[in-house]
Amino acid sequence: MPDLKNDPNKGTRAEGKTASGHLDRRAAVKALLDSQGDDVLIVAGLAGAKGDVLAAVGDDPRVFGFGGAMGAATSMGLGLALAQPDKRVLVVTGDGELLMNVGTLAAVAVANPSNLGIVCVDNEHYGETGFQRSHTGLGTNLATMAQGAGIGAVRTVTEEDELAEAGEMLRQSNGSAFVLLKVAVDEPPKIRFSWDAAFHKNRFRQALLGRP
Amino acid sequence: MSADWQEETYGLLRQAGIDQFAFVPDAGHDHLIKRSIADPDVHAIALTTEEEGVGLLAGAHLGGSRGVLLMQSSGVGNCINLLSLIRAGRFPFLTLISMRGDFGEGNPWQMPMGQSTQPVLEACDVTCLRIDEPSEVPRTIDAAITMAFNSEMPVAVLLGQKLLGAKKFS
Repeated sequence: MPDLKNDPNKGTRAEGKTASGHLDRRAAVKALLDSQGDDVLIVAGLAGAKGDVLAAVGDDPRVFGFGGAMGAATSMGLGLALAQPDKRVLVVTGDGELLMNVGTLAAVAVANPSNLGIVCVDNEHYGETGFQRSHTGLGTNLATMAQGAGIGAVRTVTEEDELAEAGEMLRQSNGSAFVLLKVAVDEPPKIRFSWDAAFHKNRFRQALLGRP
Repeated sequence: MSADWQEETYGLLRQAGIDQFAFVPDAGHDHLIKRSIADPDVHAIALTTEEEGVGLLAGAHLGGSRGVLLMQSSGVGNCINLLSLIRAGRFPFLTLISMRGDFGEGNPWQMPMGQSTQPVLEACDVTCLRIDEPSEVPRTIDAAITMAFNSEMPVAVLLGQKLLGAKKFS
């Protein structure tokens, strides 16, 4: 039973919710992104995962963040990785979004670009819609599914001191890589980000290609 | 076995710089799929569902590449929500659709999606160019490429069953 008296989520929508993980999501994502260098290209899945990326790197042109089209972040990362084989591409997404198109892990495994890493921030809840429990809190293991899809380099991170090795794997792997971050359930403050996807697309391309 | 128009289509797509060919296995696109797999200069990407192709092509554009999604009309229904990404981001988008549930269809399960393919695409802001005659193929493919990548709009080329031939059912 959660300790409701000392619940750090008191007053937020995550109040009273628990998950099996205990990593601080923003700190964990920041540690992984910091380990990838300044020229990594980032596709940030909608809702909580996008907030983690923005908190880590700011409103940066090398981030394309989603506001909808749930389930497309990983396939977008795949197209980007194939188009930019000399750059590292990271997809940062949540358990809910990945579950929506979990077959994309098989498409990634078969195409297997070595410059693509997928980071799943797994809080075992659908935060955006009010913190309903997701399948990953009820027995589904997305790292096992990534492995079963055929992705060769897979890590589950439950402790902070495992982040450095996971970051190293994302950087060095000779095939696509997948990291599952088992994080605590909480609702960090929202970070403002323009909803204008065409603006982000043009800004991203201008920074990367020198043209919108 | 392939008709000349299929090889011509592949040539036009390659000439336009398209190097990501995304597909779910399909008889109507068999030639293009095989050609892309055999071509060392392109990425042939096997999807598990057509909607992955929507994200993939947007990602390709983000990285400065061009892609095409090869799918059957049934796959259109799988793409609908993810077409939000194309419209919200004003991404170029090119798909070639082999029709089922169309001229001479013998499987009633194909009719609901086949008959609603074009209205559903148009409701999602995707411009449809339909081909029923082999002689119409080159200029229509060429027009679709120009509209998708120069005008940066979503375009679907519908390859009708009059062109492809209907699957035979005994």
